[in-house]
This record gives sequence, structure tokens and C-alpha cells, in this order.
Amino acid sequence: MEDSIDEVNHMAEQSILLEAKNIVKDYGQGRVLDDVSLQIHKGEVIVLIGPSGCGKSTFLRCMNGLEQIQSGQIVLDGEVITEGKTDWPSVRQKIGMVFQNYELFPHKTVLDNVILGPVKVQGRDKKEVTKEAEKLLERVGLLEKKDAFPRQLSGGQKQRVAIVRALILKPEILLFDEVTAALDPEMVREVLDVILELAAEGYTMLIVTHEMQFAKAVADKIVFIDGGKIVESDTPEKFFTQPKTDRARRFLNTFIYEKETGGEKL
Amino acid sequence: MQNLGIRVLFMGNNFARLLGGLWITIRISLIAVALSIVFGILLGMLMTVKNPITKALTKIYLEFIRIMPQLVLLFLVFFGLTKSFGINLSGEVSAVIVFTLWGTAEMGDLVRGALISIPKHQYESGAAIGLTKWQVYCYIIIPQILARLVPLAINLTTRMIKTTSLVALIGVVEVLKVAQQIIEANRYTVPDSALWIYGTIFFLYFFACWPISLVAKRLEKKWKTA
Repeated sequence: MEDSIDEVNHMAEQSILLEAKNIVKDYGQGRVLDDVSLQIHKGEVIVLIGPSGCGKSTFLRCMNGLEQIQSGQIVLDGEVITEGKTDWPSVRQKIGMVFQNYELFPHKTVLDNVILGPVKVQGRDKKEVTKEAEKLLERVGLLEKKDAFPRQLSGGQKQRVAIVRALILKPEILLFDEVTAALDPEMVREVLDVILELAAEGYTMLIVTHEMQFAKAVADKIVFIDGGKIVESDTPEKFFTQPKTDRARRFLNTFIYEKETGGEKL
Repeated sequence: MQNLGIRVLFMGNNFARLLGGLWITIRISLIAVALSIVFGILLGMLMTVKNPITKALTKIYLEFIRIMPQLVLLFLVFFGLTKSFGINLSGEVSAVIVFTLWGTAEMGDLVRGALISIPKHQYESGAAIGLTKWQVYCYIIIPQILARLVPLAINLTTRMIKTTSLVALIGVVEVLKVAQQIIEANRYTVPDSALWIYGTIFFLYFFACWPISLVAKRLEKKWKTA
């Protein structure tokens, strides 16, 4: 009996891809993340939402070492990566990230942006990587832009290239940090569609977004963060219809309010 | 016409000698600029390091080089090293050393400015695809700052060409020294040669620096729109 329970536990642990244990992050005097723990299973899509400055982006950035944590542990594939000196460059090949402002390299063409990582970091054959890059660019509808420079692309196109640049490293998990926040409204869709497709393909993703409809559609689990703490986490169905906490309810209400004023303006 | 000082220019191989002197001037400048760019990039990178000791050391270096007149530096290297340590450097080598020290300080400061003008996110997105710190500099940051630095480096080259006239004082026979020799040699026969020879030098400097300035301006325009 005990054996089988252990086995079940073991199985559950095995499917955990990335785990944050009691993460604490301080900025000067203020505490941005206060004892945040989260498990991301293989194939799971978790969407982090919460008011501006609640720490959700910071949490994402801690996961691939762009921010240093004061205490806590990050476990990737069952290995504690925050102990001793972390080899972040090799961790980051497994944890891909897409930023709010795309951050393509302005001096490189679309294709060169995409293949830089695999060629220089993973030491893969340039020809083979180029072929793969072209395939991925075709998938996001940007193959004809492969020789263009970032400045010649729209925001939505840049963001799709940025996604391809992260994908080509074959990461185990993808982090999306408010990837549509800097986009014109009509370009949001083309980017979110790509992410929805990735979710359908079974990619493990951790997404920070303000697009509630998108969150509802893409997430397996919604995690609501406020004041540097996880306030509530639930399935999107439950979270959006019957939030458990008052804070989550108030937060969701702000979006309804925004919708109404938006309607009036139209 | 016979009495005009300009005829000195065409006596013997005087004009060729002036051009030879100009070449030495330009050679010193070019070597010093090339070295300054390399060392300047390294110094600029060091200056953005947050370590207070590195910061203080680079700052002291920068201020020291900037405050010292180049002539003092030249004397220090050319005479000082020889007398105190028995290191015997030729005038030209001393000049290259001093101008490289100076150029490195100038370039270092420019590189530092260019480096901090690159948004933090460029470093981060480079890191996010698994590049090491060094790779981020090599493939992402330095290529971007080079475009901004080229006009500044060219500007520095013209300033160096002008300042190299100082090396005459440590015995390097560059264009100005050649001019003095020619004038001295003809002091009695052609007393007004000074005006003509120095006038020629005026144009030599002009035609050496002007095209460089033009190129700088064009590059600046080209990369501004980029």
C-alpha cells in the first residue's frame, strides 16, 4: 500500500518540469516576491495574472536567472539549479523566453536573429539550422521576411520572429512576458494565435498577460498574484466565473469596468 | 617669379620630402587609432563593470590622460623611460605609445557611452537564448556600437593627425620637421620661404583630414537612418 502511494508521488514529481520553491526577491527595501511556490508540469500552460507591479513579471525573470533571488529554490527536471554557481547559459537553452518589446537584434536579419542561438550556443550546423529556421518562419507566416531587418517589420511580425527565435533552441518550457503589451490591438491576435497553436501542440508554457480572454482560452491553470504573493490559483473556468478571494474578484471587476468605458468610446 | 618663396618647394626633392613627412604623420596616427579602437573597446567594457575598484582605476586613468598635455606625455615616455629604465624607444614608437594611451582613453569613454546607450533588454534577450556574457558582447553589443563608433573613431583620427605635429619635438622627422629643415636650409637664399612652405603644409593637412571628415559625415548620415 505504502509502496504504491510512494510510486504515485514519485510519478507526480517526475512530471514536474519546473518548480519554484519559496522564492523571495527583494528590490532594495521592497519585497517583490514573498515566498512564492509554483509547480509547472510537463505540457501544462500556466497563466500568471495580477495588477501591475504585483511581481508576476519578476517571477518569470527569476525563473531563467535574469533576476537574482534572495532565497528559495528553482528546480528544473528534478535538479536544483539555484544551488552553487548556476550555469545559466545552459539552463536558458531549456527555458526559452519572449519579451514584451521583442528585443530582436537590430543589426541582424530575421534569419540571422533566429539562427544565432543554435549556431553559436548549441554549435549546430548552420545549413541544417537555417532549414529549420525557414520551416518555423513559414509556420508563423514570415518566411518571405527572412532577409528583412527588424526595423522593417511591424510589432506583431517582430514578436512572431522573437517566438521563433526562442522555439528553435527546442526549449523544454517557454516563458512569455506580456508579449502583446507593446502591440497595436489589431496585431495582438496574430501573436496570440501562434501561442495558442503552441499550447495545442503540448508545449509547456508560463505566460504573463493582461489579455483575459486569451488567458481563459490558453490556460490550464490561472495563477493570480498580488503584492508578491500567490493569492489564488485555479482552472480558468472556475477562476473567471467564481473567484475564491475578494482580491481576485476586485481585480476581475476592473476589467469589466474597462470594457464598459471601451464600449462607450466606440 | 624666381624670387618667390614657392620655388623652394620645387628645389631638389623638397616636395617629396614633405610628402614623406606627411606619411610618417599619418602612419603614426593610423597605427595609434587602430590600437586605440581595440584597447578602447576593452577599456569601455571595463568602465561599465560595477566593481568599484575597476571603476576607480579606469577613472583615474581617464582623468590622468586627459589632464596631461600630450607633449608632457611624449617627453615622459621618450625621455623619462630612457633615463630611468634604460628603455630606448625610437621617437616614432614613443609617439605611437603616447597617442595610443591618449586614444584609448578617448575611445574608452566613447565606448562606455555607446555601451550604456544599448538597452538593457538587448543584453537580456541575448542571455535568454543561452549566450554567455562574452558571446553577448561579441555578437550583439559590439556590432551595434561599432556602427555608432566609426564616425567618432574617424573624428579622433583627424584630431590625432593634427596633434602629431608635436612629435617633431622628440625628434621624429614628420611633415612639420621636414618643413623646418627646408626653411632652415634656404634661410639666406629664400628668406620668405617660411610662408610658402607652411602654407603648403596647411594644404597638406587639409587634404589629409578633409576626406576623412567627409567619410565620417557620410557614415554618420547613413547609420542615423539605419
